[in-house]
Amino acid sequence: MKPSLYDLANPLRFDRIARAALPWLVAATIVLMTLGLYFALFNSPADYQQGQSVRIMYVHVPAAWMALFCYTVIAGASAVGFIWKHPLADVAAKEAAPIGASFTLLALITGSLWGKPMWGAWWAWDARLTSVLILFFLYIGYMSVWRAFPDKTRAARLAAILAIVGFVNIPIIKFSVEWWNSLHQPASVFRGGGPTIDGSMLTPLFLMGGAYMFFFAATLTQSMRSELAARRLARLQEIDARSSYVLVEQ
Amino acid sequence: MTKKTRRMFLAIGVFAFAAAAAGLTLSALKSSITYFYMPSDIAAMAQKPHSPIRLGGLVETGSISYPNAQSGADKNSLVEFNVTDGAETIRVVYAGLLPDLFREGQGVIVQGRFTDDGARLTADNVLAKHDENYMPKEVADALKEKGLWIEQEKAK
Repeated sequence: MKPSLYDLANPLRFDRIARAALPWLVAATIVLMTLGLYFALFNSPADYQQGQSVRIMYVHVPAAWMALFCYTVIAGASAVGFIWKHPLADVAAKEAAPIGASFTLLALITGSLWGKPMWGAWWAWDARLTSVLILFFLYIGYMSVWRAFPDKTRAARLAAILAIVGFVNIPIIKFSVEWWNSLHQPASVFRGGGPTIDGSMLTPLFLMGGAYMFFFAATLTQSMRSELAARRLARLQEIDARSSYVLVEQ
Repeated sequence: MTKKTRRMFLAIGVFAFAAAAAGLTLSALKSSITYFYMPSDIAAMAQKPHSPIRLGGLVETGSISYPNAQSGADKNSLVEFNVTDGAETIRVVYAGLLPDLFREGQGVIVQGRFTDDGARLTADNVLAKHDENYMPKEVADALKEKGLWIEQEKAK
């Protein structure tokens, strides 16, 4: 048989692979985070205009990337779960949400701390900031849908529809700084014509980006494992309760 | 049609509908989503707006003056400068603290109203707009030395 994503649909097989991968993911996170923070805080130059404040970028920008990336993962996994009923896809989408929401909050807070000294304002209702705030509310709404319905199949379906609809916001965030005049600066890294960030500053930026990515992979893997274990436990308890009920009846 | 294809069309349909709704809403709200107007946008208006607006552009080189500089009052308490986008220029008067990045050639966004004669904009807030370039000071100096420094034409 050809190996496919459906092989992972077996929760026990997933657990085996996840358990083997986890130490490597954690190790990669620690190594990249240590290197990234060292470069970001000690071994990179101050900006010609912003001075030392530019170091906020190394925490802020990768967090914003992850905010978009996690949501894309949720929307993708939701579509797979919704259309093909892949049992792990819904779990992946559900467990990615709190991680993505945390990254979004981190981007919003560090952005605010950066905005005050550079722009002169903690917050502005420009298109980029507002659309990212909407993304944060989408994460909260998505998590609430999962909590609101005790029936997991129903919750998964409704949450998937919300995630797919909300995906409209992702290109809006990305291009908000090009479509409308905004206070937030335009894209510096992923843009036509290459990055406008000096190489000495790209090193810590990409190291931190890698660290966040592995952090996401590690936390997602671990929380998927615990969610699957919790579901299994709930199922076993249900069976147990049912059989003892039958015994009492007799 | 299998159930799977039906669900796929449903997902695509839901997304397309949401995208269309968002697209129509955003294009209808275009002028209010824009955070600031540039001097050329204002010049294109039939008359200067009376309500508070945000104006964005570059601080014109050599245009900054401190009318209170002689009077012994705090030098920085009142400042005048031109905001330009290369084509049009608007004179701005501002009393208050300026952000650290405020300087000649810097992108700024000023918030305020036009005076009744429309000649100046009285600002009650000035924000500095950072551009997308990041580099160490040495690199910036070297670029200027080699004459490779490209001044931005627009604040955007």
